[in-house]
Order: sequence, then structure tokens, then C-alpha cells
Amino acid sequence: MTDPLVRIDDLYHSFGDRIALAGVSANVMAGVITGLIGPDGAGKTTLLRLLAGLLRPSQGRITVLGHDMVTDATSVHRAIGYMPQRFGLYEDLSVAENLQLSADLHGLTQAVRAERSAHLLRFTGLAPFNRRLAGQLSGGMKQKLGLACALLGQPRLLLLDEPSVGVDPASRRELWAIVSAMLEEGRKDGMGVIWATAYLDEAARCSEVLLLHEGKLLAATQPEAFTAPLWGRVFRLTAATGTRRKVAERARDDPSVLDATMDGDAVRIVLRKGVPVPKAAALGGIELTSLAPRFEDGFIDRLPARKVKSSHEMIRAFSQPVSASASRAAIEVHDLSRRFGTFLAVDHVTLQVARGEIFGLLGPNGAGKSTIFRMLCGLLRPSEGTAQVAGKNLLRSAAAARGRIGYMAQRFSLYAELTVLENLSFFARTYGLPRAQRALAIDLALKRFELSEVANSTSGSLPLGVKQRLALATALLHDPDILFLDEPTSGVDPLTRREFWQRIGDLSASGVAVLVTSHFMDEAENCDRLGIISDGRMIATGTPASLRAQVRTTELPDPSLEDAFIALVKRGEQPSDPT
Amino acid sequence: MFQRVMALLTKELTGLWKDRHTRFVILVPPLLQVFVFAYAATYDVRDVALGIWNDDAGVQSAELVRRFAASPAFHAVASLQSPAGAAAAIDARQVAAVLHVPQTYSADVLAGRDAEVQLLIDGRRSNTALLVESYATQIVAELSAIQPGEGKVPLTLVTRDWFNPTLESQWFILPGLVAVLSLMIAMLVSALSLARERELGTFEQLLVTPLRPAEILIGKALPGLIVGWIDANIVILAGLLWFKLPFLGSMAMLQATLVLYLLAGVAIGLVISSIARTQQQAMLSVFVIASPMVVLSGYAAPIENMPALAELVSRADPIRWMLIIARGLFLQDLPACLVLQYAWPIALIGLASFAAAWVAVRRAVT
Repeated sequence: MTDPLVRIDDLYHSFGDRIALAGVSANVMAGVITGLIGPDGAGKTTLLRLLAGLLRPSQGRITVLGHDMVTDATSVHRAIGYMPQRFGLYEDLSVAENLQLSADLHGLTQAVRAERSAHLLRFTGLAPFNRRLAGQLSGGMKQKLGLACALLGQPRLLLLDEPSVGVDPASRRELWAIVSAMLEEGRKDGMGVIWATAYLDEAARCSEVLLLHEGKLLAATQPEAFTAPLWGRVFRLTAATGTRRKVAERARDDPSVLDATMDGDAVRIVLRKGVPVPKAAALGGIELTSLAPRFEDGFIDRLPARKVKSSHEMIRAFSQPVSASASRAAIEVHDLSRRFGTFLAVDHVTLQVARGEIFGLLGPNGAGKSTIFRMLCGLLRPSEGTAQVAGKNLLRSAAAARGRIGYMAQRFSLYAELTVLENLSFFARTYGLPRAQRALAIDLALKRFELSEVANSTSGSLPLGVKQRLALATALLHDPDILFLDEPTSGVDPLTRREFWQRIGDLSASGVAVLVTSHFMDEAENCDRLGIISDGRMIATGTPASLRAQVRTTELPDPSLEDAFIALVKRGEQPSDPT
Repeated sequence: MFQRVMALLTKELTGLWKDRHTRFVILVPPLLQVFVFAYAATYDVRDVALGIWNDDAGVQSAELVRRFAASPAFHAVASLQSPAGAAAAIDARQVAAVLHVPQTYSADVLAGRDAEVQLLIDGRRSNTALLVESYATQIVAELSAIQPGEGKVPLTLVTRDWFNPTLESQWFILPGLVAVLSLMIAMLVSALSLARERELGTFEQLLVTPLRPAEILIGKALPGLIVGWIDANIVILAGLLWFKLPFLGSMAMLQATLVLYLLAGVAIGLVISSIARTQQQAMLSVFVIASPMVVLSGYAAPIENMPALAELVSRADPIRWMLIIARGLFLQDLPACLVLQYAWPIALIGLASFAAAWVAVRRAVT
């Protein structure tokens, strides 16, 4: 137990000019889950691939189970289980066939293979779906199958590359439970797990944490030690109903405040190091109560400060005066349904989003939230019901309705080979902006989103945060009434995420309605109102605070939004219709 | 509408040009193929390796051998003495044919008797064999026509090949290449267009814009048409300037029918693109569809030799009709009425494919 499972010495790796890892040194111990945590592009996947022996380091040494991975990788290959982020499964093979193939690749004997497969199928709850094609599994089940394949050879080192990405909170908890249990089983053999994730809230579940940011190791420690310096600096600032966004904005401008985020009806505040605790009233709130620090607070504390330029004046200057449709809701949906064959994906959903409101759609994988989202964007025709978007009937004039909305996909979905300017210009023209207005809108977008410097760079080569600004700039070029966001900030670092939501807040203040779908509770907290979708039905709507209040019990006096989500979904599942 | 279609067109062309791989695919193969096809895939037989087995020491046989060796069709590579030597040379593929002059040849010629020479040909290369035989017959016939035979009237058959008097196969291949190559590229560019957006995840972002299905269809069809048309003209220019092909018909008519023809190809490409999920699938589908189209078109093998069913199917192949028009306009002055007669099947095929593309694209975007 004293010898580390993995030893990493001064590791460098670069792809051409791009440096992915710059001087990483760390040890990974057996018997625990080590979280490899960092935003997208931090170098997590590169590090895992180096550990699995799939890449050779540009410089530095990796020792796994006492073997050097440069000279002696073959002797440890079989002791390593690697679950890649994508393409880990053969979608055209069934669950059983995928396991069979993994067993062949690991060279398991018939007896071991049958016993291991049966055990893992039972454990992951995949046994009833043995013959289903992998491509037809839900997101959560696919990840479980990938996990089972990686565990088949009883690895001593299990490498998991973002298993929880795109998985709803309930399935995410199950994945953690499976991995913890398997680790318990393998503990006597000296098994260790590395779990890569961009979700900072998963850090708390790990025993050890490696925090990567831009290729550098920011911390290698226990999560408790990581957050320890923050005790006494984190507070909840209660605010009068409906003022939390304003309070947060004011708190952010206060020199003693490092960070201010939404927390139900209140604002969560992290103070700078060594400053006296300010008065609640001075921050525009009512009362300050102390809170336990979270991993993310520690991350923000260690990042160099970056001041977001306030953009709301510009947004207001740009927005046209409130138009004739002002009195009407931005989105008005009655009894909206969508069938795929005989399957009812969306079941009579009714929903209203007011101008200037940020509305979040939450739900487990496959519950129908993306179907609703796609219908409201005009990407999919509803089977039944009425839907007015920006005052336009979605069934009769979908193209006109699409002209009034902005859309930002989860992954960067602009043209990577075109420059920033070419992308902006293309979308300005497809949205039919007249020539004079087009130049003005592009010019303003470049300024507002700080893109002037990269205007002639190829979009695909930009860093993630800048890509995201470009995507938002594009979605807002034509001054839409409604903005649709699909999990907009998953995988970006916390500062970029704050910057993003600040912009969205400013935008909603100018009267734009925002519709968000997300698995990410941090994003949900930023919404004014949430709707929870389960089995195609809207089972609950309300503010983040009211949803949390609905599940408050004596055992759980202060439930998180994730607790609320899981409890409400469980409550909403009809016992007569088990799925 | 115009602004949106133009926006899409500009974006597509910029994207095609900026992507190194596509730029390569649409520019290099046309030029490469022009030269590969024109130089390597020729039906002409030149410089056939010939073995000489001369048992006769007379002047007459020397003249015969000289004529063979001087012909562009042959060059003498070996001098042989025995049947075994001849057989060995052919077996080793050292020579493709052996000219055997018997001992009595000169004497027979001088005496005015029927003189015979023997040509042994490697029958394994059947195409070459046929041509070698006809070249040899020609040489022998020419020689016998001027032989000093008293009182004999030399009777010779004079063939004259119209439109391609020297039967240059480049003259035949290049106009065909104009049709085949441009169609392949037009199909490929349009087949990749939607598939690429789908694969790279830009498709939905495009679909949430106010673009209507018809605008997407037009904006995605035009780039294939433009690139195919440019490639067609690269081949035309190469043919006229480098290979010195004649062009006897109307260039305007050729360009007009090319556009019509390429539209048919673009429509087929769009049907593929609205079904394919990745660029790789789209590219493979294009080749799966294009190869039988080329075979059935009569580009390589004459349609007259096909079984009736294949001939029937080939009528739905736009390449078949374009080949006739292209060759007709290059090598003869195909009159307008005949061009029209061959152009209307192309128009019909184009219309049908566009109807299919419209249905497919609409399904893909809504």
C-alpha cells in the first residue's frame, strides 16, 4: 500500500505546437478513487491516454505498477482497464456481444468470462437488456455498459474518462455507487481508480483529487484539504424575493467579494482572503449565514482573477424598444404532444415563459426534454397541441418563428473552418439582416463579446471559452426575442461559466426570454423558474427555491437542487407504469 | 430568399476552399486523371516488341524486315533462329509477336509466286493481338502492292476512319472524361454537403435559422454544380490546349448541356447526402453508385455489345447521353437538333432526381 499505483514524474506532452500537459508530477494510490478534475481542454484525456499507454509522452516518466510506460508498457496492459469518453462501445452489437468482444480482447478464459460477465451484468442492472443493441441504450445505460467492459478483465488500474458526461443526476449517482462497490471488491488486489470529470461537484466524492487547468496541475490533494482554507469565507446572503440577481450583481462589484452565485432565493458568497465579513445590508441582502465551502470555491480561489467587462449597457443600447408583442408571453405552449410511431415522447405539456424570464427544463435522459426543446426551436413538428413562440404560430409559420429565436447548441456548432467574421457574416445574412444593419450588428457583436482580436482567426482553433462567446454572439446577432441554450456551460471552467451566466442575466434584464435544458444543477440554479420533465410529462414547475422547499424533510433540512430533482422524479414515476 | 441562398452558397464555397482535404479532392484528381487516362489508358498499340526470325538471306526479306522495324507499331528487339527460340521469347513475354520469314521468300517473290511470311502472336493479350495482326496485314499489303509482279494489278483496300482519321484514342477518351469526371465531382461535393454538417454537428444550427427547405436545397445544389462545371472546363481546356483535340461543334451548346447534366448529378448527390450520416458513408455511396453508371454509360465498353437489359438500364444513365453529346461536339459538328435529341433524356433524369432530392432534403430538414 505504501508504493503508489501510478507515479508521474515531470510529464510533458504536446500535439504539434499545442502543449497539452506541462510539467505534471503526481502519485496515484491504490484502494481509492482519485478524481482527475478540470474543465474541457485541461489535459485530462491526454493524461489518461498516456497512463493507458496509448500515447508516448513527449517528456517525463510514467510508472504504472512498477513498470515504465515508455519501455515496458506491454507487461502492464492487461492490468489496466480504460473506458474512453466516446467510441468505447460498438453500437451495432448487443450488450452481451460488447462484453464478449471485450473479454476476447482481454484474453479471458471461458470460465472466468462467463462468471465475470454475469456478475457485472447483475451489478450494473443491465441483465434484462442483455440482447439490446448498445446504440439503443439510454445515455446512463451506455456508460454502465462501458464501465462493465472496462471492469471485465479485473484491472488493477481503472481509468474512466468522463463517465458522467451527459448523464442525468440519478444515473450519475448510480455510476458512482457501482465504481465504489467494484473498488471495494478489488481492494484486496490493490485496485485503484482514476475518474476524470469536468463536474467540479464530483470532486467531493473522491478521496484524492488531481486538479488540472490548462495543462498544469493546480492541486494534488484531498478534497477536504483543498477547501480547508475557505472555511469562514463562504456565506449565504438571503435576499428579498425576486431580487437575487440584482443582489448578486451588487455583491460581485464589492471589493471584498470573490464570487457570488445563485442559491435558491438567496446568493452564495465567497469572500476574498483576509477581508472582514461585510454587513449583509452593504451587499444589498438581508442576512448572512455561514456555509461549508465547496470544491468549486477552492478552484476559483486558486485561479487568477479575471474581471468580466460589464456588458449590460451595450445590450440595452442595442436592444430595440419593447415591441408590440411585449404584453404577450415569449413562449406559450398548450397540450403539446409528440409521438414517434406509437411511442408518446411528450405527453400534453403546457408551459409559459415570460419575456425576460430564464426558464430551465430539467429531466432524466430520455424523459422527453430535448424533444420539447427541439419542438420549440422549430426543429421538430409537434403532433398535437398549440405553440406560440415569439408571437408566431410554430405549426403554421415555423420559419418566421425561427427568425425570432437564437440557438446555442451544447457542443460548438458553428463552422470550424470559417473565421469568426465569416461565421458572423453567414448567420447575419441567413437571418436576413439588411446590409447596413448587418455591419452594425457584427461590429457590435465583436465588441460586446470581446472578439475583435480574433475576428480573422479560424473558429475551430479558438480556445473553448472564446468559442463559446462566439456561439453566443452568433445566437444574438439578429436580436432575438428568445434564446435557446442546450447545456451551455458544461465542461467550461468556473470563471468562464460565471462570465457566461452574467451575460445571460444581463440579456434577460433587457427583456429576452431564455430557455435552457441542462443536467447541470449549477446551471439550473441560474434559472428563474424550472420545469421538471419525467416520462414526457411536466411533473413540477417552480423557482429553484420552491422546488427545494418541496422536498425538505427533517433528515434533509437543506436539500440541494440535485436532491430535489432526484426526489421529484422518483415521486413523479407512476407505480402502475414501470419503465 | 436571394440573400439567404447567396449566404449559404458563399459559406459553402468558402468552406470547401478552406478545408484542405476537400480542396485537394476537387482539384487534384481531375488534373491527375486527365493525364493518367489520356496517357495510360490508351487503346492504341505502339512499340510492340517484335522478334525477327529470318531464314532468308535475300534482299526482299531484308526490305520486309526493314518495313516492320520502321513502323511505329513495332520495334525489333530480338533476332531469333529457331522455333524453340521463338517460343521461348514469347513465353518469357520478351516479345509480343515473332515475324518468321521462310528460306524461300525472296526467291518466291522474285519468281512471282505467292510468297508467305508467318506471324506468331502472343494470344494471351487478345486486344493487342488483334491490333498487331491488323497492323502486320497492313504492312504486308503495302509491300505486296509495290512488288515487281509483271502484269499484276495491285489491288488494295483503303480504309478511311472518319472523325478520327488516325484513330487517336485520346480523341475518344478526353471528351468522355469531361462528362465522367465532372459528374463524379458534382455528385461528391453535393453528397458531402449535408453529411458534413450532420457529422460535425453544425446541421441543427443551420436548421434553426429561418432558411426554408427550398433555400437549403438550392444553396446546397449550387456549389456542386459550380465545382463540377469548373472541373469540366479544366478537362476541356487540357484537351484543347495540351492534347490539341479538335473542337468542331458549338461550345455554347456543350456548356449548356453540361449545366443540365451536372444538375442531374448534383440531385443524385443530394439524395445520398440527406440519407448519409457521415461523410465517409456519403463518399462510399457515391462510388458505389458511380462505378456502375460509368460502366453502363459506354465510356469504356460499347453499349452495342451489352445485353438488352443492361442497355435498357443504361438509358437512365445521364453519362450515356452526355458522352454522345460531348464526343459529337468535339469530333464532329453535331447539329442542334441532334444535341436536343440527346439532351432531353438528361433533362428528364435531372427532373426525376431533383424531385427525389426535394423529398429527401425536406425529410432531412423538418
